[in-house]
Amino acid sequence: MPHKTFFWFFFPSGLAMLLFIGLPIISSFFQSLHIEPEQILMEVEKCDPFGCKTETKVDIEATTKLQEEQPLGRFNGLGTYGDRNHLAFEEIKEAWGNSSSMSEFIDILLNLPFYKALLFTLTFCFAVTPPVVVLGFIVALSINTLTKSLKGPTIFGVILPMIVTPLIGSLVLFWMIDAKGILGATIQYLFDDPNLSLKSSSQLTWITLIIYGIWHNTPFAFVVFYAALQTVPQDPIEAAIIDGASRYERVRHIVIPHLYPVATFIILICLMDNFRVLEPIIGFAAEGVAQSLSWMIYNDLRSENKMLFGSAGATSMLTIIGVAFLLTPVLIRTWREFRTER
Amino acid sequence: MKKLLIALLFSFVSTSAFADGHSPCGVTDGSIKILANEFTTYRIFMDEVKSCAGDGADFSVTHSVDHNKLQVAALSANPAEFSAKLVTNGSITTLMNDNLIRPLDDLVAKYGSALQDNQKIVIDGKIYAIAFMANAQHLWYRESILNDLGIAVPSTYEEVIAAAEKIKASGKMANPYAGAFKSGWNLGQEFVNMYLGHGGDFFKAGTAEVSVNNDKGVAALNMLKRLTEVSNPDFLTQDTNAVKEEWESGNVALMHVWNSGAASLLDDEGDQMIKADTRLANSPTVGGGSKPATTLWWDGFGIATNTSDANAEASFRALLGAATSTEMANANPNATIWLIDGYTPGDTAGPVVDAANRGATPYPSLPYMALLHGALSTELVEFLQGNESAEKALADVEAAYVAKATEQGFL
Repeated sequence: MPHKTFFWFFFPSGLAMLLFIGLPIISSFFQSLHIEPEQILMEVEKCDPFGCKTETKVDIEATTKLQEEQPLGRFNGLGTYGDRNHLAFEEIKEAWGNSSSMSEFIDILLNLPFYKALLFTLTFCFAVTPPVVVLGFIVALSINTLTKSLKGPTIFGVILPMIVTPLIGSLVLFWMIDAKGILGATIQYLFDDPNLSLKSSSQLTWITLIIYGIWHNTPFAFVVFYAALQTVPQDPIEAAIIDGASRYERVRHIVIPHLYPVATFIILICLMDNFRVLEPIIGFAAEGVAQSLSWMIYNDLRSENKMLFGSAGATSMLTIIGVAFLLTPVLIRTWREFRTER
Repeated sequence: MKKLLIALLFSFVSTSAFADGHSPCGVTDGSIKILANEFTTYRIFMDEVKSCAGDGADFSVTHSVDHNKLQVAALSANPAEFSAKLVTNGSITTLMNDNLIRPLDDLVAKYGSALQDNQKIVIDGKIYAIAFMANAQHLWYRESILNDLGIAVPSTYEEVIAAAEKIKASGKMANPYAGAFKSGWNLGQEFVNMYLGHGGDFFKAGTAEVSVNNDKGVAALNMLKRLTEVSNPDFLTQDTNAVKEEWESGNVALMHVWNSGAASLLDDEGDQMIKADTRLANSPTVGGGSKPATTLWWDGFGIATNTSDANAEASFRALLGAATSTEMANANPNATIWLIDGYTPGDTAGPVVDAANRGATPYPSLPYMALLHGALSTELVEFLQGNESAEKALADVEAAYVAKATEQGFL
């Protein structure tokens, strides 16, 4: 494609990306460097049905004036990034100095909100993505061999988990795994333990979330693999059949190499999506035991008080950096392949 | 404080409503959009608001248990998403901090002749909200189960645990106790109750400096832990509404929930056997204290700053009509304790009056209390799961609070 054609082809989406992705990221970055202006407090008399007493209140006039002078808030530099709710440099330094063993240090580290959330986010990412790729591939292969009349309905059934909104899907499962729900009761029966509850321990909640993640993401991998399977050249397959290759050998030596770039693409998208996991945590009411980076942003903006834009901005920036780190190996690999192909 | 509440509850002297001034009901124009919590009493109240508003106004109510999380964003927009918000002594401070609700003195002067003085929430000389009900959490029990096992109605949390263990041992119920321990606001509230019951103070006097990591905090946490051990293992996912469902399913014999729960627990729906067996008891004390481990709440409404004067007036009139409706209050005497003139309290009012008489504190209306409540909401979970010591959990609460309070400019 000539450069000029490419430019005009790319221009509309490039512009949209700049406006709706680039600029918000820059604005979040600026916001993350600021914290709220100082709150000026005053003592006033408050009367309610339980009586009158002197209590503290924010001096609205003075605080509004400060806010008008500094609409972004006070400049805090990278302070928010280093505080306890984010990278927690001081706490880590202290923990390093005070802990006697590595495991004690790790305990302290994973007790800090950001690292706790990071641990869950990464576990979720790496526990969900490989099964999704493998399952998606197997499902696509199986459906590809079905007769034409069965294919349509089966495909619809298979992509259903992706059609259901994540929040609704997780809420439905949440009630099914309840101790009195159909899945929860069955599991109790199978393990013969009336007190077994998937919601009660951190480990079981994590496993539930991961299984939900696999259930929800597999259709995506299936759709992409299924489309790619239609492009597998028939000639080498026929040649292999004549040579007496078994079905397994044909898949192993012809189909898989052909689908390799597609698998890379799926891994890339899955890692990116799963790094931003949020809805299942809300749907499964798992905030207590499983927090992700996205949940931290949500919590900053939806807590029972003023929205913490600075804190949310800082977590967003750290999430972007995290995604970049995660994708680097895959991207480098793709780039190398691209170069060798040329 | 006690005197006011008692005077209010037992004052039958009624000034004639709407004797002078303008009648609030029959709003002819304007838009009334209300954000409110979700529970049966609020539904009853909102039906009255709607009928007071009449057909002339554009009327809508959003009931959500996440109302506190929505309110700041929704009312900060200009024009605001809602023209009015049902507030409590807990949620009003957040709105006051950002100047999101307006003074109501003019509207009260114009329409408020039927209001009682203690319905007016006056802050620094201005009326910012109109209260219509009082509420508190207290103990509920199943009479037949306690009688069968010869258990006296518990008056302390130590007795609650002993009773629950006895019921558990008898094999009648696996998890006889229930409280709203859902991680989030509910869990924070359970700690607030228990900490105040131990006589604790959340902040160093007159400052925003937190102080919960002390003996009282540890004792409060240990008591919560013991309660969760006789609760459903899913306790971290159960909010007040889920606890009420457990009660109505007959899985629970003792619980600590809101007085306003009577509106749904004692209505004509659900298992009538359980309803007939449901009794209300005073909120228990804890750790040898004299104050019951609960907090007093008022519920009322505030009008958004960022809405037009016409919408504000329309919303105020409709809400005021319900907040002064003696008929609604007396038609639903057990739905809650109405603060409305001419209301005769029903037989479920006892535990709240008792809590007030024994010196239970109102939930602290401090600008930074919501931040501490938020920190409690998330940092106590690991302790209750047995993965962390009480001291460590409280140290985490303090550290999380300090980081957020610093960012918000309180420290």
